[in-house]
This record gives sequence, C-alpha cells and structure tokens, in this order.
Amino acid sequence: MAHAHAVKRHTGLMDWLTTVDHKKIGILYLFAGFFFFLVGGLEAILIRVQLWMPMNDFVSADTFNQLLTMHGTTMIFLAAMPMIFALMNAVIPLQIGARDVAFPFLNSLGFWTFFFGAVLLNVSWFAGGAPNAGWTSYVPLASPVYSSTHGVDYYVIGLQIAGLGTLIGGINFLATIINMRAPGMSFMRMPMFTWAAFITSALILFAFPALTVGLVALMFDRLFDANFFDTSQGGNAVLWEHIFWIFGHPEVYILILPAFGIISEVISTFSRKRLFGYSSMVFATVLIGFLGFMVWAHHMFTTGLGPVANALFSIATMLIAVPTGIKIFNWLFTMWGGSIKFTTANLFAVGFVPTFVMGGVTGVMLAAAPADFQYHDSYFVVAHFHYVIVGGLVLGLFSGLFYWWPKMFGRVLNETLGKWFFWLFFIGFHLTFFVQHFLGLMGMPRRVWQYLDGLGFNEMNLVSSVGAMLMGLGTVVFIINMIVTGLKPRDAANDPWEDGRTLEWTIPSPPPEYNFAQTPLVRGYDAFWKEKMEGKNAMTPAEPLGPIHMPSPSILPFLMSVGLFIAGFGFMYHNYYIGIGGLVLTFGCMFLRSVIDDHGFHIDPEEPQDKGVKA
Amino acid sequence: MMNRWHVLKRLTPLLAGMVLLLSACGRADLSTLRPQGPVAEEQFGLMTWSIIIMALVVVVVFVLAAYVIIRFRRRPGDKTIPVQVEGSHKLEIIWTVIPIILLVILGVPTIQSVFGLAKDYTNDPDAIQVKVTAHQYWWEFEYPNLGVKTAQELLIPDDAVISIHAETKDVIHSFWVPSLAGKIDTNPAGNANTMYFSAPKKGVYLGKCAELCGPSHALMDFKVKVVDRASFERWVTAQKAPVALPQDQELADLLTNQCLSCHAIGDKGGKVYPNLTGIGSRESVAGILINTEDKKYSNEGTVEENLKRWLKDPQAVKPGNLMPTVELSDQQIEAISKYLAGLKLEY
Amino acid sequence: MSAHSHVDGQLPHEPEKATLEGRNKVLAFWLFLGGETVLFGTLFSAFLALRHQVLDGPTEQELFSLPLVAAATFILLTSSLTSVFAIQAMHANRVKSMINWLIITVILGLGFLGLEIYEFYHYVQEGHGFTTSAFSSAFYTLVGFHGAHVAFGVVWISILIAQVSKRGLNVVTAPKVYVAGMYWHFIDVVWVFIFTVVYLMGKVG
Repeated sequence: MAHAHAVKRHTGLMDWLTTVDHKKIGILYLFAGFFFFLVGGLEAILIRVQLWMPMNDFVSADTFNQLLTMHGTTMIFLAAMPMIFALMNAVIPLQIGARDVAFPFLNSLGFWTFFFGAVLLNVSWFAGGAPNAGWTSYVPLASPVYSSTHGVDYYVIGLQIAGLGTLIGGINFLATIINMRAPGMSFMRMPMFTWAAFITSALILFAFPALTVGLVALMFDRLFDANFFDTSQGGNAVLWEHIFWIFGHPEVYILILPAFGIISEVISTFSRKRLFGYSSMVFATVLIGFLGFMVWAHHMFTTGLGPVANALFSIATMLIAVPTGIKIFNWLFTMWGGSIKFTTANLFAVGFVPTFVMGGVTGVMLAAAPADFQYHDSYFVVAHFHYVIVGGLVLGLFSGLFYWWPKMFGRVLNETLGKWFFWLFFIGFHLTFFVQHFLGLMGMPRRVWQYLDGLGFNEMNLVSSVGAMLMGLGTVVFIINMIVTGLKPRDAANDPWEDGRTLEWTIPSPPPEYNFAQTPLVRGYDAFWKEKMEGKNAMTPAEPLGPIHMPSPSILPFLMSVGLFIAGFGFMYHNYYIGIGGLVLTFGCMFLRSVIDDHGFHIDPEEPQDKGVKA
Repeated sequence: MMNRWHVLKRLTPLLAGMVLLLSACGRADLSTLRPQGPVAEEQFGLMTWSIIIMALVVVVVFVLAAYVIIRFRRRPGDKTIPVQVEGSHKLEIIWTVIPIILLVILGVPTIQSVFGLAKDYTNDPDAIQVKVTAHQYWWEFEYPNLGVKTAQELLIPDDAVISIHAETKDVIHSFWVPSLAGKIDTNPAGNANTMYFSAPKKGVYLGKCAELCGPSHALMDFKVKVVDRASFERWVTAQKAPVALPQDQELADLLTNQCLSCHAIGDKGGKVYPNLTGIGSRESVAGILINTEDKKYSNEGTVEENLKRWLKDPQAVKPGNLMPTVELSDQQIEAISKYLAGLKLEY
Repeated sequence: MSAHSHVDGQLPHEPEKATLEGRNKVLAFWLFLGGETVLFGTLFSAFLALRHQVLDGPTEQELFSLPLVAAATFILLTSSLTSVFAIQAMHANRVKSMINWLIITVILGLGFLGLEIYEFYHYVQEGHGFTTSAFSSAFYTLVGFHGAHVAFGVVWISILIAQVSKRGLNVVTAPKVYVAGMYWHFIDVVWVFIFTVVYLMGKVG
C-alpha cells in the first residue's frame, strides 16, 4: 500500500541540523541547555568571587549588574527551560507509546529558534555590554534613558525569539499528549512525568504570550520611541511589573512541575513501589498550575497595590502550599514500605524532597505581605528562589538525567562519579544558599555589587562563596562523568534499572528511530510493571508489524531561525534592509514549507538498520 | 551518667543552632531580627510566627524523610517486591487538612497586619510628613509642612508617627530601614506610595535602597537619625537659618560657581541636587563614607577626609552617579572640604 | 495511516479530520488560538491602562469616526461569513465554490486593510502619531497587531487558494483551509472586541 519515497538521509553535522527526530532534538536541547548552564554557572561563580569579601573590586559595578542580569536570564530561559525540553523530548513520546511528537518539523523549529535567540542574547557580551537591568528588566531602569547601551535590546529581542521556540514546543507537547497516546493510555494512566509535562506545556501556552507582549512593548519603547513605560509621556512603569509577573509567576511553575514529574518517576522506580496517591498527585499538579496564574502580584507587595490586593494575593499564594504539601507527603509515602535503592538518580530525588520543602516553607513566609516588606528584594528572597529552583528544579533535572541517560545514549552514567557529583553539588548548594536567608534578614539587599565592611555580612558571604565553588567543582565532576561514560561501549539494557515501570523501558536503549516497532497496548497505570507482574517481559502489541511512516528531515527550521536571528540584529541597529532581509528568509522558508508537501518515507522495522541516535 | 550524656547529645545541635541564630541576628541598627520600632516589631512578630509554623512543617518532613530513608533502604541482593499501595484516603485527607489549618492560623494575622500597616497618616496633623524622593544614587527628604529639605540623613523625633510619601525622580528604588520598618518602592510620579513608622528609641539607623537601580545600587545607603522633640525642633530652625559663605572671597566665589550651581547650603544654591546644609554634622558623606574619628574600615574617615575623597573622584566612590569630577586643584579641594566640614548644625 | 494514502480515494465528509496529521493540526491550532487570546488580552490590558494618557495629542472622542469603523467592522464580519461558506463548500466537496468564497474573503480582508491604512494615515495627519503619547503607542500597537494578523491571513489564504487550485482538495490541503478559516474567525472576534473596547468606549467616554 505504501509507496516508498527516496529520501536523502543526511549524516554528520547535516544530520543534526536537519533532524526532526524527537530523540535527537532532545539531545540537541540537552547539550545546548547544558552549555548555557555552564555559562550561567560561570557568571554565578564570578558573582560569588566579587562578593567573597566586603568592598571587593574584582569586577566593576556595571559589569556586576550585567553578570547578575545574564545569570538570571541565562539560567531560567537558556539553561533550565531547554534542559526541561530535553527530557520532555527524550521521554514523553516513549512514555505514551508514540512514534514521535505531533509536529516533528515544529519540534525542530522550536529548538532552533530557542538556540538562535540564546546565541543572540549572549552576543551582547561582545557587542558593547550585556543587559544590566536584572532578569526582571524593570522600567525605567531598562528604558533607553537609563540603559543606553544595546544590552537590553539584546534582552528583548533574544528573549522574543527564544520565547517563540518555547511556545512552539509547548503547543507541540500539548497536541502530542492529547492526540498521540497509545491505545489504552488514558489520561489517568499517564506517567506522572507526562502529566507534569502536559500541565507545564499548558502554562507555557498561556504565560509566554504575555511576556511576548511585554517584550514587544519594551522593544517599541527602546527602538521606536513608543511610550508604554515612559512616564514623562504618560506611560506607566508599574504596568511592566504586572505584565512581567503575569508571565513570571507561571514561569516558576513551568520550571518546577517537570521536576515534580521526574521525582515521582524516580522515587517510584527506585522504591519498587507504585506512586502513592497517583490521582491526588495529578489533581495537585493541575491545581498548582491553575493557582500559578492567580498569584503574580506577590512579587509586587512593595510596589504599593494597596491592602486589598496585598491581602488577596497573600492568601492565594499561601493556598499553593496545600497541593505542594500533598505532593511531598505522597513522595514520602511512596518510599514508605518500599525497597529504596540509592542510585545517583535517586540520591538527587531523595535530596530534592527536604531541600524543596525548605524552599517551599520560605515561600509561604514570603506570602505574608507585611513580613514580605522586610524580606522583599533582600538576600532572603535570593535564598528562597535558589532553594526552589536549584534545590528543586536543578536537583530534579540531574535526577532525571542520570535516570534517563541510558535511554537517551545507551550508556549508564558512572555511579561513583555520580555520587561524588551529588555530594559536592548538594553540600555546596546548602552552604551557598542556607546562610543567605540570614544575610537577608540581617539587612543585606539583593543584587548588590559590594557590601560595606563592619555590617556583619562578611563571614556568611565567605561561606556562600565557598559553597558556590563546591557546586562548580561538582559540575566539573559531572562533565568528566559524561566524557568517561561516552567512551564506554553502548551496552545499556532496555530496562537498565531493572525496576522500570513505564513504556520507555520496554524498548531498546537508545530506541530505534521509530521507537516502537509495534504500538503497545496499555492495560493500566505503570504499564510495563503491570506486564512484568504478570510474568511477561514485553508489551502486548496493539497493531501488526508493518512499514512505519516517518517524516523527512528538513533544513528549513534552521534557516527560519537564522532569519529571525538576522532580523533581530537588523532591527536592533536600525538597519532595516538587513532586518527585512532576515524576515524574508524566515517567511520564505515558511512559504516553502507550506507549498512543498512532505511525503516522508517508510521504514520496515524488520530490516536491519543503525540503532537510533548516536551519542 | 549515661542518660545525662544522651540528653546532652540531643541538645547539642539545638544549642549550636541557637548560637548560630543569635550570632546571626545582625546589627541592631540594621537587622530585621532586632526591631527597634513598633512597625518593625509587628513585622518581626509575623515573621516569627510564620517561622515557628514552618519550622514545625520542616521538622515533620525531615523526621519522616530520615525515618523512611533509613528504615526502607534496599538490602543488597534483595529481590522482594513491596506491596503496591495505591494510596490512602485517610492519610491524604490528613495532609490536606492540616496544612489548611496551619495556613488559616498564619493567614488571619497576616490579613490583620496588612490592613493595620496600610493605615493612612498622610493627613494626620500630629504625624511628621516626609516626602522621600529617590535619585540615582541619593535620597532627598523634604518636610513639606516645615519647609525644610535635606539629603541622605532623615532626621526625625522619637515621639511622633513618621508618614512617608515616597516617589522617584528617575528609576524605581526602594526605601528600606530594616530595623524600623519594611520597605516601600519609590515609583515614578503617578504611582507614589505612602507608609508610616515610628522610632521610639533615639539613635542612628541604617537605611538601604532595595531595588536594583543602576551600578551604585549597592552603595545607595542613607541614615535615619532619631532625636528628641526639642532637638528636632532646634534642627528645623537651624536648617532654615541663613548660612554665611566663607570670608575668603576666592573660596566664596569658587563655592558659588562650582558647588552652589547644583547644591544648596542654607538659603543659597540650587535645589535639584543633594542639599549640603549642615553636612559637617551628618553621619556620612554620600551615604557610604562614614564620618568617624576612629577609622576602622576603608569607607571610614573624618568628615573632612571623606569630603576630600569624594570631591577628588566621585565616580570612584559611587560609580555612575551624576556628580561630575569638578576641575579643582588640591588646595581648592582642601579648602572646600574644610569649609563644608565646618558646616555643623547645633541641635 | 500515512497522510497521502487517501489522496486518490473518495474525500471523507470532514477531510480536515480524516488523518492523524489533520486532527493534530486542528487541535494544535485551537491551542495556538488560546495563546493568541492571552496575547491580545495583554495588549487590551495595556491599552486600557494607558488610554487616558493622551498628553497634547487628540483624544479618543476627537479622533474616532464611528461610520468609518462601522464600515470596517461590517466588511470584516461579512468576510467571516464568507469564510464559513467556504468551509461549508469544502465539506460538500464543491472545490470551485470553496475557492470563490475564499477569494471573496481575501478581497474583503484587503478592503478592511485599506480602510485601516486610510484611518491610520488620517490619524497621523491629525497629530496622533505612534510616539505622540502612551495612548497613541498602545492604540497603534493593539490595532496594528490586529491589522498585521489580518494581513498575514490575507497572504496565507491567497497561498492556500493557489495550492488548492493547483492540487485540488485532499486530506493534506483540507486541514490547511480549515485551520485558516479558524484563524480568520479568531481575528474577527478580536476585532469585535477592538470595536467595543477601543472605539465604542472611546467615543462614549
């Protein structure tokens, strides 16, 4: 029935530039995200070196502001988000028994727009100075009057392009999870990580457009003399804060929910136990996502919104503690009565639970508006959000990386090095950030380039800087681990942890291009575990063996993103020929995509072929 | 013997924690943990209350986690399959309801305090009205009802409510005196904010800018000086009194041309930049060069030394500030510093 | 179930949902419109926050001429109707009629754009430029975003007309036309809000 099309199979670099395979895109996201994690980490180290002693002059005041701005922006948009997308790409289609995502082409486009947006943002370092108004980019500080270099231009344009990629990715995963589930994989049988990815994608869909509008407005102010935030022309500075945080707070949950999903998978697998209270976990995830949109003004208690708004947002914020608490106790009771194996992945997961609780309780403390008048914009807040983002998300990400690494690359990461990494990073993390709670309470504001001597801040800042070095050292151990593991033969079993519960562990590591030779039939939650308990070691197929249709690779997503990258430069420097030229390239590729049908090609699962992705 | 040793062993971490906590309280004139006025005390009370509740949560989770991790770790070679529990409605209800109860007991005082601290004193004739205007990187304090304006040092009496009206002339800053009251943002005009506090204890308190406002955000400190009512009134009078320019005509001309074009001294000079009246009796120069005879740190010195340091290169003290490096010879800087250091108010 | 295995066969009743690719496309487009709703919602909020900041520029009452805007509204609403006819024709497998209705939709879209450009030109003449005040910036950004959406839609539907004329209606082209129809309705709904929030509220005060 199927006519085979001759499709050019690319190799080498061209293969990576044109791939639409979710597994390869996952790897691209991972390495790009990890690269920017190192960049952001280096910025963090420089910040801590500057602050290791009072009145230090290691970097200049303006450089320091560039560092803190780029550290925040890089870590959130260019490191955390892509690493989340890396795991979503690598795992979600496998967990729901799909051959690919709903839109393989868009998947590639999402990656390349993110990548070129990220590169554009970082070019600012070499083009007269990085953005220096904080990752929140509050106006008027970020307005052309008070930030006259091109730094903030790079911020608004780079983030618009990268944000576009994120939005595309979010829509793609929503459609994938809704439409592409294997037979029998009902919503209430989906693995927790899939659920978390689903809700995160929904948050991306509804939060990122708000950021886009804010960035467009700020861009118009900066490049075309618009007056959105220019108070002398009737603009409003507080409007930016609202727009930013209507995006910004859901963004926090966009970051943390996937970590919740990862932790649920890892703890359940390594306790050999079903996730405790699965339905309440799902309910809690949905509720957190929903409440995430109701609490943005708790970032603005000191902006002066009045007591009624402050009271309402205080209470709404505190409410989030309830579903979060449900999750924490469900994890603890998943372990209760289990048989817990402490692999590196599980060390990160188990370390996550108390660490995240510490970040969570300071979150509730911050929710009390009158007390927040004291905490706000002090180091207490710095400690709080690093506890939830590093202690929460980053520990979760590393847990997920160690857990799914064999599935992505066919090699199990070295456990000894992994444990070194965990302990260095974990201890370093607590050293760095625990003392910062007290620094804040003792009156140290955040985002300070220097602190005066004799204020009692010296010792704790030193401790904090030492901790940061340990985290850096841990990360180096992880890099060594990646290299060492990469040199080993690719020999991971289908189910390397032997206690796998979900569909990704039923197929080879790494999986073939089409993932499942036959779409599996899902008969319950923890589909693979269910089969195992009935003595089988494979899924029942839901279809006969036959040729599998695959989408063709394409260079267009790459070119479209290059077009946006060029256009960004053109408009930034008011060179409209280049700007419009870039847009022509982007829309031209879009046109080609519309008029040239992609017939794809077919693979016969029987024929021998090279085994999936290369590391 | 054995028992006592056990008790001690259990108490050690607790004691160590307490020591850390006490040593971590910070300076009385700067720390939110050592409140020196009723507003900061109320906020501290709420903070303590939330810390107690949250410490309870943390302890429960930690103990549970420690127990689970130790009790249920896998023995090598263990192949048994644990019982697959789906969940427990009873337990799940418990850990839904208890947090809700905890939040209610935190939420009620929060709401009370939100409205309590929003009390409006802007029309109260007994309150001291202060208009705080933030600039990159200095603070302007105007007492509209008293007709007085000063900079960097907010002088207030110990017996009145201080009603603050805060706004900015440039970017957003945040007005924060940790030991007296929480902060409020200084927004551009149109979104001005108000707050109040009082300071019953005489002394000098440290104030800080808490919102990123540019390169010298970290150095945008100010002082709050609390005095008794009589000396406050003497200060207001002294602040308004005319100030004599130096006898030396050359120096007077220099001052008039180079300094007073922007700064005011007494009844003379420009009104846009920091008022220098009585600068010789202030606690600091430019907010961060602390005036003291007993120099301990690199940012300290006598008033005259600090003034000289500032005049020589303002950008080295506060990068990005708007004070230009004025073309002055060393002798001129010497003379101006000496004159300014002598501008002391009696109060 | 590859996309093109249906090409030569009988076209199903709802060709846009006949393949998994088609269903994905329609679903994802609904989701995309959800995001677009937030985008315009934020633009509306910004406009509402800034609409009284006219400074020296002309006010809303002085500026807006309801007959012109009413004409634009009428044109755009009619084009929405003609796009419905096009989709109906598609479901009845009447390709020629579908193309004709799409052409009328495009022409009406162009008419709307013409009126909008005329309107903007007129405003600039009256001293209501993009940089005049916060109100003017917010106005042009909101209405301009919508105008850009209309322009994109006009180009998009034109390309689809060419594609369908050349290759006929099948399970690959049908979802594209259907999705373009959804898009067209969406920008129509946005315009109804713009008409109410920007023009009517501006005129009434």
